[in-house]
Amino acid sequence: MLSNLANLFRYRGLIQSLVARELKARYRGSALGFVWSFVNPLLLLLIYTYVFTAVMPNNTEGVQPYALFMFCGILPWTWFSSSLSEAANSLISGGNLIKKVLFPAEVLPIVSVLTNMVHFFLGLPILVAFLLVYQHFPRPENLLWFPVAVLLQLLFTTGLALILSALAVHFRDIKDILANLLTLWFFATPIIYPWFQPSVRKFHTFFDVNPFTHLAVTYQEALFFNQGPVGHWKWLLGYLGVGSVLLFLAGYWLFDRLRDSFAEAV
Amino acid sequence: MTPAIELVNVSKMYRRYGGRQFSTLKSALLQRSIVRNLQPSETFPALTDVSFSVAKGSTYGVMGRNGSGKSTALKLVAGITKPTSGSVHVEGRISALIELGAGFHPEISGRENVFINGIMLGLSKREIQERFDEIVDFAELREFIDAPVKTYSSGMYMRLGFAVAINVNPDVLLVDEVLAVGDEGFTHKCLDKFAEFKRSNKTILLVTHSLNLIERFCDEALWLDEGRAMSHGDPKRVVGAYLTKVEEGEEALLAATTARAVESASRAATGQEGRDGHEGRDGQEGTEQTEHPADPTSNMFQATEGRWGSREVEIIDVAFLDRGGQPSFVFHSGDPISVRVKLRAAHPVDDFVFGVGLFNADGVCCYGTNTYLEELNPQRLSGEAEATFVIESLDLVEGTYKVDIAVHKIDGFPYDYHRLLYTFRVKSRIHDVGIYRPRHQWTFSPTVQFKKPVG
Repeated sequence: MLSNLANLFRYRGLIQSLVARELKARYRGSALGFVWSFVNPLLLLLIYTYVFTAVMPNNTEGVQPYALFMFCGILPWTWFSSSLSEAANSLISGGNLIKKVLFPAEVLPIVSVLTNMVHFFLGLPILVAFLLVYQHFPRPENLLWFPVAVLLQLLFTTGLALILSALAVHFRDIKDILANLLTLWFFATPIIYPWFQPSVRKFHTFFDVNPFTHLAVTYQEALFFNQGPVGHWKWLLGYLGVGSVLLFLAGYWLFDRLRDSFAEAV
Repeated sequence: MTPAIELVNVSKMYRRYGGRQFSTLKSALLQRSIVRNLQPSETFPALTDVSFSVAKGSTYGVMGRNGSGKSTALKLVAGITKPTSGSVHVEGRISALIELGAGFHPEISGRENVFINGIMLGLSKREIQERFDEIVDFAELREFIDAPVKTYSSGMYMRLGFAVAINVNPDVLLVDEVLAVGDEGFTHKCLDKFAEFKRSNKTILLVTHSLNLIERFCDEALWLDEGRAMSHGDPKRVVGAYLTKVEEGEEALLAATTARAVESASRAATGQEGRDGHEGRDGQEGTEQTEHPADPTSNMFQATEGRWGSREVEIIDVAFLDRGGQPSFVFHSGDPISVRVKLRAAHPVDDFVFGVGLFNADGVCCYGTNTYLEELNPQRLSGEAEATFVIESLDLVEGTYKVDIAVHKIDGFPYDYHRLLYTFRVKSRIHDVGIYRPRHQWTFSPTVQFKKPVG
């Protein structure tokens, strides 16, 4: 397993070019092309802004402007959820490679995660633009938490992606279960509501064990609340950090165990 | 010399159904394994106890029928699948031409696909850069290299895939029946490339149905049948053994086809007989005489199988006999063949003609004759009888031939007419064309010289 992990480093050229290919192929043939990567999050944010200021105004205290607050959580969530749903399908749709070419299968779910990470990064300028529009300037020392959160999310998502992709080859139901589970998970995470909202206070323990809470809240704190992860969040980020590393290793181990069955089961 | 590829007692089981290989939670806990052991009834042996080794720098051919395990063997060597038992060892960098262009993305250009495909096959960006022109020229796609791959024809797609894979510059090249991808010219280029590989002391494992290629190209060959190694070693010998087996199979098939044809034709004939048995006797005779005249050449273009006649003299058995007098259905061009016809006369007759017609698969009459045309004057035929039509040398080109056998009166009234019911195959190592191969040879003046045949 360790030597395989070392191989992962050797495949960086392959991973890099596959991610580039995915990005190129995604918008090939469309008139706006790569611009869609910016336009999509922009439109999303505009819609949310309109809905939550004009249609059903959300005036919860402490999270104004609400659209901006929500966007801080939705952007990383989109990266997370699209990565997982694409990764779950990655081995099956890449079956030709696994069956016909000597190809390191783990590259496929990793490419799914990285491609969506690039989309996440491309959404950031839009976020920055809105921060400027709302005159909402996060403090530089809080921004240092941002890369930490990205790194942890990358590790956590990759671990899950490896597990899901490997199991989805044998249990095709996972794809459909996952879609519903992700919707549930989205609402169970303080993304469209702040974690301190009184009505959700009773779910506090539940929030603590939900790993994505810590990611979402870290993003919100760094970018929106201007306070940095205070007190216990640092500790929980530690829990998430160790957990992510373990999850990644466990995911890789499982993937490695099942590797030989892919060529036949895909 | 150490072998470049070595398989020792390799077996490979596949699952018979698409069902899952996983245990329930309970049995997983009990057995401490998430992968369940499969029941024998759920598996299918693709390879059974196969061992072979390929010396470095040699070319090894694998042949066999569809489903004999050739591709499985190749995938095991490539490392795409793992053997159920036994060991596979390969020395050096492998490039597998199993499915060409497997990693191409249809939306992006040929150029970008070359790079990504090359990286997938283990080249670095710089290496691809260096070989890019060579790859594009080899694929003959310079004009279209910047077009998306989805616009390529399947031939272009395959050529590009082949060009990339062959330029990986592997130590071991695995080829699975990919030479059929291009036109004549491209196939030639591929073969030249293989020859170049051979010269530079690289190992090639070739899976193909082309026996010609195996004989011409390979240093050694392996014949797989139903996952077992039937024979390996000298290509000529292995190909010979394989052909013998194929002929046996063909014989059985032709025998079954013939039996079925005769049976169904006979059933149809007797059915008709029973239906308008006595009432239309005279009328039937009249029509049969006009529809099926005695001259076998006059209706040779009506290529429908059938059997008709009064059965006063009945053909009860037809067999093609080979040189040793054994019934056979497969002959080689130039072999002797005898058509033995067994008959039974219900009552003695003094008016009879035996006829034979030979047709190729297109329904063209290759030859037709009867005893009347050959001025044999009938006197008496009674009881059990036998007539044999002996051909000393079957000078026909390769193909499937059908035979008419008939016994009728001189005026054409049929006793028993078997139309195209009997089939035999002519095989030939030479792929000449036409129908008839006259006995021939070439002579040349001393100023014309040919290379000595290799091997």
